[in-house]
Amino acid sequence: MTQQQNAFNADDAKLIRVHLYVGYIAVFLGAIAGLLQGLQRGGMITLPSWLEYYQLLTAHGVLLALVFTTYFIIGFLYSGMSKNMGRLYDGPRIAGWIGFYLMTIGTAMAAVMIIIQEATVLYTFYAPLQASPYFYIGLALVVVGSWISGFSMFAQYRRWKKENKGKLSPLFSFLAVATMLLWFIATLGVAVTVLFQFIPWAFGLTKTIDVLLSRTLFWYFGHPLVYFWLLPAYIAWYVIIPKIIKGKIFSDSMARMAFVLFIIFSMPVGFHHQLLEPGISPFWKYLQVVLTFMVIIPSLMTAFSIFATFETAGRRLGATGVYDWFKKLPWSDVRFFAPMMGMLFFIPGGIGGIINASHQLDQMTHNTLFVTGHFHLTIASTVILTFFGITYWLMPVVTGRKLTPFANKLGMWQTILWTAGMVLMSGAMHTVGLLGSPRRTSYTTYQDHADALSWLPYHTVMAVGGVILFIAAMLMVYIVVYLAFFAPKGEEEYPMGEVSEYAEETPRFLENWKIWIAVSATLILIAYTIPIMNILEYGPPGSPPYRFW
Amino acid sequence: MHLHKYERLWLFFGGASLVIFLIVLGVSAFAMDNQPPSGAYCAPGVALPETLDPQKVSETPPFNNPGIEKLSEDTYVVNMVAYSFGFQPSRIEVPEGSTVYFQVTTKDVVHGFEIPGTNTNMMLTPGYVNTIRQTFNETGEYLILCNEYCGLGHQFMSARVEVISQ
Repeated sequence: MTQQQNAFNADDAKLIRVHLYVGYIAVFLGAIAGLLQGLQRGGMITLPSWLEYYQLLTAHGVLLALVFTTYFIIGFLYSGMSKNMGRLYDGPRIAGWIGFYLMTIGTAMAAVMIIIQEATVLYTFYAPLQASPYFYIGLALVVVGSWISGFSMFAQYRRWKKENKGKLSPLFSFLAVATMLLWFIATLGVAVTVLFQFIPWAFGLTKTIDVLLSRTLFWYFGHPLVYFWLLPAYIAWYVIIPKIIKGKIFSDSMARMAFVLFIIFSMPVGFHHQLLEPGISPFWKYLQVVLTFMVIIPSLMTAFSIFATFETAGRRLGATGVYDWFKKLPWSDVRFFAPMMGMLFFIPGGIGGIINASHQLDQMTHNTLFVTGHFHLTIASTVILTFFGITYWLMPVVTGRKLTPFANKLGMWQTILWTAGMVLMSGAMHTVGLLGSPRRTSYTTYQDHADALSWLPYHTVMAVGGVILFIAAMLMVYIVVYLAFFAPKGEEEYPMGEVSEYAEETPRFLENWKIWIAVSATLILIAYTIPIMNILEYGPPGSPPYRFW
Repeated sequence: MHLHKYERLWLFFGGASLVIFLIVLGVSAFAMDNQPPSGAYCAPGVALPETLDPQKVSETPPFNNPGIEKLSEDTYVVNMVAYSFGFQPSRIEVPEGSTVYFQVTTKDVVHGFEIPGTNTNMMLTPGYVNTIRQTFNETGEYLILCNEYCGLGHQFMSARVEVISQ
């Protein structure tokens, strides 16, 4: 391969760079908000009167869970498509810029509304608390911008297929299209509630809002949202990690199959976030609980594939015996170490998820800190450590610099600090959540009630973990700035994995998207039609707006 | 599609334990009636609306008269209204061993209803009544708290159940 073909396309690099920059600005600000609210809840600081705990909590959730993830994912997916299709075609790249600007305008609008305390509604913005209409419009712009980027990836994929008739699409690009397809189907729910319920209501065009309908549409989106975060991490595990560990992708078809199963089973599951609320019959809740657990299958497939990749890579490098291959993994390479820690976090993270989604166990954990602990293991450890692991090489690739041994070493410390901070914080959250301490609650002792007093030591541990995580986040921001602007110039490798020569031929029906969209739509209709008809038919009168901040 | 032998084994055991797990959940839910709180279900012989106008809570029975009622020797019904930032009634007293049916609604935003140390935990959404049954076998002062963000005073929103010895 010539040098020219190997180099990363410069125009594409620019588009990807700006996504990473905005994403890491969000990390910087979101981590500050996280630190302050953690210390406040721990009773260690008192906030000044112009700053509210719930305002910080809103900012923390919006910036890290919504803004960082969306920007990073879109940038990462573009990078892989550009890499394994040679470049982004002009149309998709220009659409990518339009998407980027729309998302950025939307993010700025939402951020201003949060700062001027016009949107202290948390990142789930449950009605009938009502924020400024511009907060909802900002969120809508983020979603529409992400759609434009998603559709530009579909266009890129279609054009490549046309120009390469009869060829199997590159694995990364297939998985990227699957991820954006999942995102599109999921965001339809939140788009409907924001456009047709929240915005008219916030402008006063409608007097009341159907609260249960808005919650149902929100959670139709809210759970697949977490798979939108997770799937890009899976892409890195399936496609990137094998290259980093000097191995091969274990099975192309199983990777594609796992993603297809995610498209099918991640949608009709939102009721497991609404298990304890009135207006939805227990039968439909249970049906969605069953469907929720179906995603365990592709997760088990992923776990198998990844550890099979590890073992075959280790054996190729000369490992013998039963466990020797484990030692052959590149433990001192941060591109491997950070995602690996993320994978390990996914074991307790997944178990906690099974607990939360269980028809009865949720009674113990719902809206307690157990849930907060759970998603700090899944999104804030599994996904985020994998994204950090990607950043160490992706940032140099798109800025034309090198990942230096110095940055690698800092990255190792970053991962260790993040892991330690998260074990403390999330461990305390899980424990005190089981004791009943509620999530999303400012410092309180409930007039010195004995139960609430017994939670305070755990809140202190959470705050200590939060401080360590804050230091780790700032270290990460430093590494990102270094890799973007100060690391030595050079050509960093884009670690795009290759499929093992022993893997079977991939069946072509996997690329028949019409089948998967039809199956997904059918399951959504089965799981949601009757419950939503019941809400519309038998629901109570709507609610007027409230503003309790 | 070809699956490695070990992968088939792995998925078989994973899938089988999943099926067993879901059967356990289902039997517990449908045969043993361990369903999550889903509305106005569990009050025995008490008239209770499934839904109501969230702006007319204080005119709608039984929430026009929030408080505790004795149903039988050791059974009580509590009609309760949640609001930002409190519960009405804010304190109830029952003898130990009592079973209490909580029938609760909200007159403004979404609230939570949780009693730490028990399995009582449910959501209160405007326009709906939610119910839960709790037996108090030990004396003491139980905390009722709101576990859904409802505004700046959310952390103050609580009530008490005083369980006294017979």
